[in-house]
Amino acid sequence: MTFSESFFAARFGIERRDLERYLSAALSHGGDYADLYFEYLATSSIGIDESIVKSATQGVSLGVGVRVLANERTGYAYSDDLSPEKILSAAKIAACIANGPSKVEKTPLEEGSRRNLYPVFTAPSDTALADRVDLVKRAEKAARAYDSRVFQVQATYADSLRHVLVATSDGLLNFDRQPMARLSVQVMARQHGAAAQTGYSGGGGRVELDFFLNRRTPEDFAKEAARQAVVQLDAVEAPAGESVVVLGPGWPGVLLHEAVGHGLEADFNRKGTSAFAGRVGEQVASPLCTVVDDGTIGNRRGSLNVDDEGHVTQRNVLIENGILRGYLQDQLSSRLTNNAPTGNGRRESYEHIPMPRMTNTFMLAGESDPDEIIRSVPKGLYCANFGGGQVDITSGNFVFSASESYLIEGGKLTRPVKNATLIGNGPEALKYVSMVGNDLKLDEGIGTCGKDGQSVPVGVGIPTVRIDRMTVGGTA
Amino acid sequence: MSELLDLATEAIELARRSGASDAECTIAEGEEFSVSVRLGEVETLKQAGSRSAGIRVLRGFHVGSAYTSDLSREGVGKLVQSALEIASVSGEDPLAGLPEIDELGSHANDFELYSDDIERLGPDARIDLAKRAEAAALCVDPRITNSDGASFDSHRGRHVFANSRGFSGEYRASSCSLGCVPVAKQDGRMERDFWYSSARGVADLEDPEQVGRIAAERTVRRLGAVKVATQKVPVVFESRVARSFVGSLFGAVEGRSVYRGSSFLAGKRGERVANDRVTLIDDGITPGRFGSHPFDDEGVKTRRTPVIERGVLSNYLLNCYSARKLGMKTTGNASRGITGNAGVGHGNFYLEAGTRTPEEIIAGLTTGFFVTELIGSGVNIATGDYSRGASGLWIENGRLAFAVSEVTIAGTIQEMLANLEPASNLEFRGSVASPTLLVGEMTVGGR
Repeated sequence: MTFSESFFAARFGIERRDLERYLSAALSHGGDYADLYFEYLATSSIGIDESIVKSATQGVSLGVGVRVLANERTGYAYSDDLSPEKILSAAKIAACIANGPSKVEKTPLEEGSRRNLYPVFTAPSDTALADRVDLVKRAEKAARAYDSRVFQVQATYADSLRHVLVATSDGLLNFDRQPMARLSVQVMARQHGAAAQTGYSGGGGRVELDFFLNRRTPEDFAKEAARQAVVQLDAVEAPAGESVVVLGPGWPGVLLHEAVGHGLEADFNRKGTSAFAGRVGEQVASPLCTVVDDGTIGNRRGSLNVDDEGHVTQRNVLIENGILRGYLQDQLSSRLTNNAPTGNGRRESYEHIPMPRMTNTFMLAGESDPDEIIRSVPKGLYCANFGGGQVDITSGNFVFSASESYLIEGGKLTRPVKNATLIGNGPEALKYVSMVGNDLKLDEGIGTCGKDGQSVPVGVGIPTVRIDRMTVGGTA
Repeated sequence: MSELLDLATEAIELARRSGASDAECTIAEGEEFSVSVRLGEVETLKQAGSRSAGIRVLRGFHVGSAYTSDLSREGVGKLVQSALEIASVSGEDPLAGLPEIDELGSHANDFELYSDDIERLGPDARIDLAKRAEAAALCVDPRITNSDGASFDSHRGRHVFANSRGFSGEYRASSCSLGCVPVAKQDGRMERDFWYSSARGVADLEDPEQVGRIAAERTVRRLGAVKVATQKVPVVFESRVARSFVGSLFGAVEGRSVYRGSSFLAGKRGERVANDRVTLIDDGITPGRFGSHPFDDEGVKTRRTPVIERGVLSNYLLNCYSARKLGMKTTGNASRGITGNAGVGHGNFYLEAGTRTPEEIIAGLTTGFFVTELIGSGVNIATGDYSRGASGLWIENGRLAFAVSEVTIAGTIQEMLANLEPASNLEFRGSVASPTLLVGEMTVGGR
């Protein structure tokens, strides 16, 4: 597809010379760089609760963001109206961040290379509503059928189709069509009048609706959510204090997202406010750990053909055999620090300024047999699933909340324990990794990461990992 | 009446003519400005305005919702069609519906939600506020070596709501805030903390120098933090942290979690759930405060509702739907974004102040943990289990002795409520407020 056939050209009649005119206006006060981000987003969501499809919403939003960089300064303005007057007016507001005569030579816009990591022929948002409603109905039925102690089931299906167009004063012109779909199920179970327990599961990605019919079905997610809720009914108090912790494969990779991922975002490191600042080349994890951020995995939730600044995404090694190798860059940080862009400049929408963000962050597989890892622990905690996490990137302290975990006693999983928060320090925690399993698994495609009030979809993954020391926030 | 209110009314009429039995329409218009400075220089400057509209329709007992950023006549036409289309796939919910006509209404009072001094303040003056805050922070202590910046943000907006049962209302609201995040370093380890002030108008913001100084003092006192041994001790939540605890309590008393049985307080109305020092209020009507509005997001008059009175759970907070589920009446707490079924929100939701000052409470403890920051989301409203990452200051012999970090605190909300003692320092810095709280013994997880 060429630019003239692309969504914004075809639907809104936007031409190259319009883009060049807007970029010139953005640089009229002497900025070093400017870019335009056009976004059209159509979303729908359908929710079932108490066996009734109670909510059904669809909508569209459209707009353009104009950014100007002048040294370390960023000027930003946006418009939800694509008329030339409104875009020029936004460009002039953003331009005011610089103060001087226009100095940038105009570079002709050239289309970036095309590839498609998510060749979704029919976006889920273009399928019959009835087919999508069916997914939540099936999930609800399967969760209720799982166990008589299940008493509340909520299932939500949501999809979106985003068209973006990025044009920069460096001459980059890129556009992308970004489909997304997600099905999630929350189940509550109770017995003997005791407190209700919750289980949660879901998945999706940049996929066709067929994914939910053949790859991961509503029944799969429903049973998993119901299983987690039922397991929790017999949970005992979690231990308090330092413990050996074994993380199961998949979603527990959220550890990497919090412990190292955020701390390696280039903005914090450029400013020297991250606990990882200035530590490239240093040992920040056990030699068993290699951590990558890879935005190029086909159909994944965290993947992008091009980031939100028009740069092609790539696979970036963050930590190699325990040694810190590099940071996640956006346009501003890579310019200021003379590093190549890494394809990690992302934003929530046209109303937001891009920042360095993660895509799919995971640890490569090691050599240990997962069963052997559990057998090696006389006393500890096995965490199979987590809720979210949070990090203070300056001190490096991070937490993540276990939602399904078990005591390990004598090398065996024994009793399930209640939800507990685990806490550690980023540059230290991974030094205690003593075994890495051969069972790398990526999550199901449900993660959303928040930073400075902006949410973006991400992925995580990890093999089974033994960590010799981590603090567990239980009461026992 | 504004143009936007006309537009909302037209959208509703169009929906009715196109087959909706009822409809409600929200339109929001806003203008945001934000500037951040770092190490004395402007870092980002952002300014823009936007509008959006949402509609929710009923076809009998089937609901459908839609939103758009296109407020042209054509855009609104598509909006209505979109909502009607998607209503056809939703199920029959006999309790779905708008408020009864006699439940609809709005306060005549504008509650002083809008201050025009923000628009009178030029961009340079706004930048100057942020610069002054940061400059004040940077000179408090030589260990303040870096800065994550200071920022001034403002928002001005108009909120419009109308429904097919005759309600139409609108109000303007404004807010601004000034915040600062210094970074301190000692022995190769860094800490950051923050302080901010927010208000409806610029005149009510704290002085920038004060914002910067408090931020710096909070940051410096975190330096040299240690991890204490695992133990049970009395825990005191500083008011900033106590607010997040009060926010968790909201999750347990809002109608939806109550009728779904997903709150540990479901079925406990009229029972003692806390000691008699605990009084929890939801107040949507005090002028100038962030949680005040003349009507809720279903067009029902807001009010003041006691939730826990001297330890006894007296009321849940309800919208129309959760009220019908529970066989009660709405408390004027409907809340939603631009569209969708209304959820339940709070007004100014706060714990009433007690009698002892925070200093007196700390002075009364031989050992304890004064928590100044909590991270993570380990609060389970269904069971009451509470487990979060914490940092703060250790209390020894009635004094704040040294900094503590990388520990957890755990217990249950039930136990915390049974032992809670609110201090005397209640301040409204947002729509959730709490004084400093002595929460009794909790398990600190550390070394």
